[in-house]
Amino acid sequence: MTKPLVAIRSVAKNFGEFQALKSVSLDVWPGEVMCLIGASGSGKTTLLRCINQLATIDAGGIWLDGELLGVREQGGRLHRLGEREIGRQRLKTGMVFQRFNLFPHKTALENITEGPVQVQGRKADEVRTEALELLRRVGLSAKADSYPAQLSGGQQQRVAIARALAMKPMLMLFDEPTSALDPELVGEVLAVMKELARSGMTMMVVTHELGFAREVADRVVYMDQGAIVEQGRASDVLGAPREERTRAFLSAVI
Amino acid sequence: MKPAPALAEGFPDLSGMSIAREPHWFRWLSAALIILVLAAIARAFANGQIEWSYVSRFLTAKVILEGIVNTMVMAVLAMALGIVLGIVVAIMRLSPNPVLKTVAAGYTWLFRGTPLILQLLLWFNLALVFPTIGIPGVWSARAVDVMTPFLAALLGLGINQGAYTSEVMRAGMLSVDIGQYEAAQAIGMGRLRALRRIVLPQAMRVVIPPLGNEFIGMVKATSLASVIQYPELLHNAENIYYANSRVIELLIVAGLWYLLVVSILTPLQMLLERRFARGTLRLAQ
Repeated sequence: MTKPLVAIRSVAKNFGEFQALKSVSLDVWPGEVMCLIGASGSGKTTLLRCINQLATIDAGGIWLDGELLGVREQGGRLHRLGEREIGRQRLKTGMVFQRFNLFPHKTALENITEGPVQVQGRKADEVRTEALELLRRVGLSAKADSYPAQLSGGQQQRVAIARALAMKPMLMLFDEPTSALDPELVGEVLAVMKELARSGMTMMVVTHELGFAREVADRVVYMDQGAIVEQGRASDVLGAPREERTRAFLSAVI
Repeated sequence: MKPAPALAEGFPDLSGMSIAREPHWFRWLSAALIILVLAAIARAFANGQIEWSYVSRFLTAKVILEGIVNTMVMAVLAMALGIVLGIVVAIMRLSPNPVLKTVAAGYTWLFRGTPLILQLLLWFNLALVFPTIGIPGVWSARAVDVMTPFLAALLGLGINQGAYTSEVMRAGMLSVDIGQYEAAQAIGMGRLRALRRIVLPQAMRVVIPPLGNEFIGMVKATSLASVIQYPELLHNAENIYYANSRVIELLIVAGLWYLLVVSILTPLQMLLERRFARGTLRLAQ
């Protein structure tokens, strides 16, 4: 029997008075492509950030590949892990940000090799070969020596995807990867993500691209006010939503 | 397709005409005035009681040259100490640890809050407080032997500079987008590695102009070490005029050397800025 790659149980997260997540539970299965949709402030981005520990959860637990994230259970209490352990756990996930966050002082190639060489301590020439292959995969072989400022938004985001893949993650997290792009550049990024989905990568994608969700997602999760309202196959949730709130959101977006 | 509508009459074609040069009367007038004032000042100095032959003779005197070398050695070493301290203190100040934060803030408060010349005198006279210094049972020495003018000047200038540099560095690190820390964390980097590999290189671009400022300030601040007998430029110039009473001539000698050094530093700073501007300029694609 297979186990979920990510198991989220009763996770809560507050920012001061604001409840960003209210007892969210969810499983993500190996090879699954999950799209998280919902209005801004619904908690979908916070959920991603909790999975790769850019945000710490206030209650509940998240297991990745069977390992409890961020804390260790000992003597009936939870102890926070040190920075080194958290860094090791983060290597299992790759994150793609809304605003790319490429390192501006490094070339496209150097952005990709930075993590494997500096953090994983792998051999520079071996990593370089892999990085060039990743650049080819995202269609940017010619841009290896370009700095981020010399690339379009779509090209930058494709380098960012290659950078995340270079760490050989088990799970890719996409936080609104096309929201900061000009409309004509969205397609090239989505094409790379579709190819990645076909290759069997487990993906969680926060997106407003319902067309992408309909085409690629195995499951669509609709969130509102820090809770999961409805989830299911893309055709069901997007085509025939059961919940009134889902219907209202979809009619507002389309 | 319809033809474009006819253009209205009364607006002639100006494309053949050139633009006449403006007379710029005020520029000529102000230039003439400035030249007059400068000429008056030059004449006053030429007729004043300055023996210019002393200036040219002492400009390359051995003692003066040794002085400028000592000045530069001290400025570079004290600035290096200041930058190292500044980076460490800035990182402490931005750390989540409240103890480190408080220590860093206290250091900045203490050394920015007292005059530099007072700090130099305190370091130099440390022997009055601690006649012997050392590590108990391992090593000890008389403070007067250890606290030479060189060491007192280095500690005084460097530690004071560290307090100012830490604020420059902190500003530089704060100028780097929070997304850069997050991207570094997302590829598994710890706080210190992210600072060293990702944040500091980007902060350098921002901090070099103010650091250049600070270094120029440091070159001149070394002259304060003359009060604790460190043989830098001003101290050596003073020693000469104590002997020959040519006060103004030797002050002019020292002034010319400070001006020369600072003039050389400015283009060096531009070279450094170019080095750290990697990726930020839209270079030819």
